[in-house]
Amino acid sequence: MAAKAGFKDTDMQSVIGWVLRIGVIVSISVVFVGGTLYLYRHGESVPNYTKFNGVPSFVQLNGIITGILNLRGRSIIQAGIILLIATPIVRIIFSTISFVLEKDYLYIGISSLVLLIIILSSISGHAAG
Amino acid sequence: MPVLEFTLIILIGSCIAGLLGSLTGLGGGFVIIPLLTVFLHVDIHYAIGASLVSVIATSSGSAAAYVKEGITNMRLGMFLEVATTLGAVTGAIIAVYIPTHFLAILLGVILIISALLTLRKKAETIIKQKNIWAEKLKLNGSYPAENGTVQYNVSNIGGGFIMMLFAGLLSGLLGIGSGALKVLAMDNIMRIPFKVSTTTSNFMIGVTAAASAVVYLQRGYIEPSISMPVVIGVLIGALVGSKILVKTKSSGWLRWVFVVVVVGLASQLIYNGIIGKI
Repeated sequence: MAAKAGFKDTDMQSVIGWVLRIGVIVSISVVFVGGTLYLYRHGESVPNYTKFNGVPSFVQLNGIITGILNLRGRSIIQAGIILLIATPIVRIIFSTISFVLEKDYLYIGISSLVLLIIILSSISGHAAG
Repeated sequence: MPVLEFTLIILIGSCIAGLLGSLTGLGGGFVIIPLLTVFLHVDIHYAIGASLVSVIATSSGSAAAYVKEGITNMRLGMFLEVATTLGAVTGAIIAVYIPTHFLAILLGVILIISALLTLRKKAETIIKQKNIWAEKLKLNGSYPAENGTVQYNVSNIGGGFIMMLFAGLLSGLLGIGSGALKVLAMDNIMRIPFKVSTTTSNFMIGVTAAASAVVYLQRGYIEPSISMPVVIGVLIGALVGSKILVKTKSSGWLRWVFVVVVVGLASQLIYNGIIGKI
């Protein structure tokens, strides 16, 4: 019976609820693992964050994978943070899909526009940095 | 200060911030940024980056619980996210060119205003007249209440949209969720019932913060070793806070505690900004 009624707003709400929950749990677990490793290795050193230090290579997008392979705590934390930032963005993708299923063309447009703004933002941020 | 001690202090401070933030509905950023900048002398850009990350975590976590109840207006949220993300990207881009002491003063002022806004009385009004734009954009909605479903209409779409641009701008500039401003825009300008405006605002905060976080991330303002204790601490605090909220209905005196704490911290920010220490 439910299948005949097609895709409804309430289905979309439970899917989105799960996307958000899984996103937060996974990313925080990754941050926690990276954090434990970082404290184990660097717990005794003295950091200085009073002035901006520039971008360390192993927390930049292309350096992260090498950092993770070398089990660098900060690279793993950064990967977790990127997953966390991606969570609401994935939520928008899921919203867009559900608007497609509902054939709501106006809101397919609106949610694509939000996605486009975020994508342009990540490109412009890279250029300026 | 060694890393271990530094991390523990931030973790404990963030737990308290998350707890207060969830009990009052203002979010953890309010306490985090002053804590990091004024007391631990961390560069304000690092503080803003860490706060943004924690905002995404708490917003996504609580939105997951709210959407299931069916109170959140998804279309309204999506429509207004066009405004908040545009504002947030602009804020994140211009944040680099603004002197840090000015950011500190501005943040202090916004914190005091938002804290005072939470003390205001909430009058529930349901608007009956139809707005053409609200109908065209399918923004009117309904939510389940104790005595049946409540239908509501949305008014002044343009005014609300502009206010959301501003809320997004502040979020991108200062790393806060600016939930108080979002709720204000929906309550007072668009005349949306309070229950809907708080949950929908919370739903939008994560996307707004993500839009500026992608800029901060690539600028190197999101420092993993600072963000790690902040995001874990705030999330623990927020979880405990939501459990307490289920048990106790009224948080009247708590709001006052929070307002006093925030005004105190904000004055520190403004003072340090004026004498040029931040």
